[in-house]
Amino acid sequence: MNYDRKADLVIIGGGPAGMAAALAAREAGINDILILERDNELGGILRQCIHGGFGLHTFGEELTGPEYAYRYEKRVKEENIPYMLNTMVTELTPDRCVTAMNEKLGVFTVKAEAVILAMGCRERPKGALGISGTRPSGIYTAGTAQKFVNMKGYMPGREVVILGSGDIGLIMARRMTLEGAKVHAVCELMPYSGGLARNIEQCLNDYGIPLKLSHTVAEIHGKERLEGVTIVKVDENRRPIPETREYVKCDTLLLSCGLIPENELTKGAGISLDRVTGGAVVNGKRETECEGIFACGNVLHVHDLVDFVSDEAVIAGRSAAEYIKGKSNEKIKIKLQTDGKIRYTVPQIITELSDTTVYFRVSDVYKNAEILIEDGEEKLYSKKTLKLAPGEMESIKLTANMLSRVKSGEIKFSLKTGV
Amino acid sequence: MFDIAVIGAGVVGALVARELTRFGMKVVILERGSDVALGATRANSAIVHAGFDAKEGTLKARLNVRGSKIMESVCQNLGVKYKRNGSLVVGFNDEDRKTLEQLLIRGKNNGVEGLSILERDEILKIEKNIGDGVICALHAPSGAIVCPYELCMAAVGNAMDNGAELILDFNVTAIENVGDYYKITSPDGKLAEAKYVVNCAGAYSDDIARLVGDSSFSIRARRGEYLLLDRECGDTVSHTIFRCPSKMGKGVLVSPTVDGNLLVGPTAEDIDDKSDTKTTPEGLDKVRALAQEQVSGIAFNKVITSFSGLRSTGSTGDFIINLPQPRFLNIAGIESPGLSSAPAIAEYVIMMLRESGVFLFKREDFNPYRRPMHYFSTLSKQEKNEIIKERPEYAHVICRCEMVTEGEILDAIRTNPRPNDLDGVKRRTRATMGRCQGGFCSPYIVELLSRELGIDYLEVTKSGGKSYINVGKTKE
Repeated sequence: MNYDRKADLVIIGGGPAGMAAALAAREAGINDILILERDNELGGILRQCIHGGFGLHTFGEELTGPEYAYRYEKRVKEENIPYMLNTMVTELTPDRCVTAMNEKLGVFTVKAEAVILAMGCRERPKGALGISGTRPSGIYTAGTAQKFVNMKGYMPGREVVILGSGDIGLIMARRMTLEGAKVHAVCELMPYSGGLARNIEQCLNDYGIPLKLSHTVAEIHGKERLEGVTIVKVDENRRPIPETREYVKCDTLLLSCGLIPENELTKGAGISLDRVTGGAVVNGKRETECEGIFACGNVLHVHDLVDFVSDEAVIAGRSAAEYIKGKSNEKIKIKLQTDGKIRYTVPQIITELSDTTVYFRVSDVYKNAEILIEDGEEKLYSKKTLKLAPGEMESIKLTANMLSRVKSGEIKFSLKTGV
Repeated sequence: MFDIAVIGAGVVGALVARELTRFGMKVVILERGSDVALGATRANSAIVHAGFDAKEGTLKARLNVRGSKIMESVCQNLGVKYKRNGSLVVGFNDEDRKTLEQLLIRGKNNGVEGLSILERDEILKIEKNIGDGVICALHAPSGAIVCPYELCMAAVGNAMDNGAELILDFNVTAIENVGDYYKITSPDGKLAEAKYVVNCAGAYSDDIARLVGDSSFSIRARRGEYLLLDRECGDTVSHTIFRCPSKMGKGVLVSPTVDGNLLVGPTAEDIDDKSDTKTTPEGLDKVRALAQEQVSGIAFNKVITSFSGLRSTGSTGDFIINLPQPRFLNIAGIESPGLSSAPAIAEYVIMMLRESGVFLFKREDFNPYRRPMHYFSTLSKQEKNEIIKERPEYAHVICRCEMVTEGEILDAIRTNPRPNDLDGVKRRTRATMGRCQGGFCSPYIVELLSRELGIDYLEVTKSGGKSYINVGKTKE
């Protein structure tokens, strides 16, 4: 592909993942870095997350989203790492040509030695949920409402029902309440919440907002503006129980029903995705199957804490630096399998004999379970745990020593329940 | 005083109005909604039928076949996306085969070219995902797809470029024949005076006809529910896959759209409320179940939205196109194949007017062309850069899912027929129509609308009326 300029490392996305990856790569000695950001500032979605709770792991103190982002932005500027704002990447090729567009340069193509994907994720919209009824105004994803309230200073509604108990939904339940709106209920299809336990406590319980588990929105009412929703309890197969239908008058429905990694560019480059995470399949270095293209943050798998995004970005940044310098430590190939109770792992493959932290999520709430890692019949690792929940990401560190003992080329993560 | 008032800015009214301006008439289009293309035109199967469905000798048959022939050039002139993708009516048993053979004969009688019956192995060569139970199909290479609301907006815009006037929010409730012209009024005091009236009011065309004392027909609204899938799924099929009509009705279709999505539907349910466009769990379940029989591997987990549309089903079984009294034309009951027939209906109106004694000559200065609305992402790098040099806002992507730039949105807001709300921008530019359904970009578009229309941020609506996006400021 023809290109207009070259760079050692192009990072797509200037949110927390992209900035942390850039800093890690610079620390590892890469000078020629370019961050491409589509919005008009660095910081990504953190800019609208004005609540606290960020940074406890990374900085040992509680920060707001913009504060957390600013710590990285400041360092990016101090390090003179080049970045372009209002720049939309439109195409990525497997040979690492990145085509983007902005007002100053028009459409241009950068040929990169390495690329880090850090595009983040988007929210699942109403249409994907299959709720029947009318199509009035007043239905927003929680993040869109967050943008209206926190960035623009406008109230998208006053009488609110929230569908889905993802973290943004919980945060917005509190935010709307603080702004004088009445949040009637948070309905969650599953028998457990998809959000962090601390958010249920601090955003719902503290404000007396009911969390209706095993409930969903069955129908939307209202022709112009939303007038109400019918909520309904669901059985263990998530089928609505008709006699439990209940009309709730409201002018706003917020949706917090899952996040989807934004991998359109990734797919365009022909990189295969993990069906469970929606992100690329990566090795311990966060390198995708396409050589020299790395991924980190919510574009790889959805995180619940930005601190873990930063950790992951450091791995991707360092690995990209090593790749650019021509270092390769690839010696082994161990595939990581899961049993379904453990939904997925990141990475999905380990190619280096070094200490590797594996992140994973479970598919249901499990109490008194044992996490097992086995190489065929041989147990490599086990750990008993009191409680695991889908909303909380877990991690286990596999030591180089442990990995060196693997014979079959495949290790299995599983969960033994009732221990 | 106008020469002619067209009541209803759906795709039929739009193309009729455009044709009338071509013949030099001073046209006013009266639309009850806050935008054009809000009725059946907004939500239908987006198909240009080949013309084998309608019975021989009917207006439906004649206008469908003619419409199908001229649709491509109409779309080309108006910058509207059109694709002759061909259609297959699939059969599951011997009874279906007989029906298909009858349709083949009917199609030939109607003048449809290229029809043939394909066996399963032949179908598999052109459609690998055809349903397991399909044994044969009627192949119509002249079947096509088009974007109906884009066609409508482009035709209204082109009519306006040629001098027509559009009045929105004009709810016609009285039509008075005052000697040699009509006085048309609305309850909120709007008035239009025109020598001729064309009733293109879709589901409400019976109400409009009654205003001049014509109660010879009635219109029922027939609701159809649809599912729209992500562009990732657009290549599930390349032809439009119809189900063989049977005792159980015409059934659903599975079709790519001109924008690359996959469209599945519709149901058919007669309803009383002519504005009831809700979807139902039963309806959408039915759509899924039927579609799966026709086409395998439809990724229903990639549905990005569901919607329903209302077809205007007339009481006579055929299109109702007549002159119940001098200088008043009905164009009613334009159900399927209405979209396919619309360009031919426009020609037909000219013919009727001539027959009723109106002298109509083609204007020499008529401009039949219109620039496409959503085109930037299809240009080459060099073409894009030439535009960006002049208009830097074309490098600012607002809707990332559909790659719509600020430049395109601004141009849409400034071009006839101008949008007044978020859905209006959506239909013109495709912004918010992608997989995130406006999650990221709608706050920006609200800002652009507020700025360009000179209204407060809080005044911006989703689709007119009281469909406000925001209800107040924070800290109030």
